[in-house]
Amino acid sequence: MIVMKDVYKKYSNGVVASNGINIEISRGEFVYVVGPSGAGKSTFIKMMYREETPTSGDIFIDGVNLATLKRRKVPYLRRRIGVVFQDFKLLPKLNVYENVAFALEVIEETPARIRKKVTDVLELVGLAQKARMFPNELSGGEQQRVAIARSIVNVPQLVIADEPTGNLDPETSYEIMNIFERINARGTTIVMATHNKEIVNTMKHRVIAVEGGLIARDELGGAYGYEV
Amino acid sequence: MKFRTFSRHLSGSFKSLGRNAWMTFASVSAVTVTLLLVGVFIVIMMNLNKIADNIENDVEIKVIVDLAANDKAIAKLEKEIQETKGIQDLEFSSNEQELSKMIKGFGDELGLYKQDNPLRHAFYLKAADPHQTAEIAKKIETYEYTYEVIYGEGKVEKLFGFLNSGRNVGLGLIIALLFTAMFLISNTIRVTINARRNEIEIMKLVGATNNFVRIPFILEGIWLGILGALLPMILLTVAYFNLYDIIEPKIEGELFKLLEVTPFIYQLNALILGLGIFIGIWGSFMSVRKFLKV
Repeated sequence: MIVMKDVYKKYSNGVVASNGINIEISRGEFVYVVGPSGAGKSTFIKMMYREETPTSGDIFIDGVNLATLKRRKVPYLRRRIGVVFQDFKLLPKLNVYENVAFALEVIEETPARIRKKVTDVLELVGLAQKARMFPNELSGGEQQRVAIARSIVNVPQLVIADEPTGNLDPETSYEIMNIFERINARGTTIVMATHNKEIVNTMKHRVIAVEGGLIARDELGGAYGYEV
Repeated sequence: MKFRTFSRHLSGSFKSLGRNAWMTFASVSAVTVTLLLVGVFIVIMMNLNKIADNIENDVEIKVIVDLAANDKAIAKLEKEIQETKGIQDLEFSSNEQELSKMIKGFGDELGLYKQDNPLRHAFYLKAADPHQTAEIAKKIETYEYTYEVIYGEGKVEKLFGFLNSGRNVGLGLIIALLFTAMFLISNTIRVTINARRNEIEIMKLVGATNNFVRIPFILEGIWLGILGALLPMILLTVAYFNLYDIIEPKIEGELFKLLEVTPFIYQLNALILGLGIFIGIWGSFMSVRKFLKV
């Protein structure tokens, strides 16, 4: 599903965020990406949905090399990847339903299919009753569920989450994690950057630790491994 | 692009104009002022051009025939001139015709010369391309039995030079004005885009193509351009109608004329509208470009 080969990334300010990363993630895996702040986690994640491109090396998603992917092809790559952020990135003027539908309108899905897909996905994340509410009327956990719904409404094979529980209390974080588990159970690959030690240590999955732009550790069912 | 998507963009672009009413007002005014100035320049320049063309086309070459030329020689010269490249409207004028022209112009006292006509035969002709007048005159000068070639040497070159630099200055000013308007529109669109930054970012994340993101802003630029073009179109039309009515009777029978109201005013309006739309599109294109690199 995801293959990184000798990925090296140096920013224009001289910071080396990725110093020769090699990794392989198979379809259907659930992977935590951990590491101290500034270790290169974000760059690692951003390169997967081509927010950043590597200075050298190759990144393959389903056989497509992101390092050489033409810019005009990027939208079509993104349609196969769902992305979830710490700060939710919802549009405040749109209600829950519209925020999720937005992802389908942008790719010119038909209204009938939009209705069906949005209704289904809101059911999945448990927000069917709150479809007409606006983001500012929702709790943080609910907002994150809307963001997750938006990221999976187009049924991507890969969901990338950057600190999805970073702004949430422990209980809500577990609720969110349960949703990710459910999505993973449907066969969707999940790559999640996180600082949440409890979650990594209790909901066991593969752990990739990034330090100084390198893979420091890669363990199946590993532990968080850092003091928080 | 599907029709449904397009109509969504269309209504979105109108909404955005309303939401940023002040910026809309500012850039529409900027476009209005610019296009008005451009329009005035165009009216002046096109009319000057027309006058210049009239004058240019009126530049005549007079070839005075040598006294030594007999009928055969005159015929030979005529043939040579006729075969000169780029000439038109060749006419022969005998010395008697020349004299009667002169008498017409200066009065009967010249009638004295009727007994002993001091004038020579002449040919009158024009250059098909007025700018080649000097060249053609020089060539004819080399023909046998040509006594003198008169075409307002020096004056003609100066006139052409003056008209040309006038055109260039006008054109330069128009281009400078257009750039100013484009810059202003591009700033307005940039404000709109900044307000919708999150929306664009999310659009890009969920896989919107660049065109999908771009089109609402391009549409907005088009509306700004059209709105900005309306007032100049109306003002220029009314002004030119009146100007024509006032000036044309006064210069009746002169060498030059103003451009007829139609089709000129239609062409002018189409040009102003086209320019408005063009600077609208270009202005928004420039500011959207920066945001599409995500």
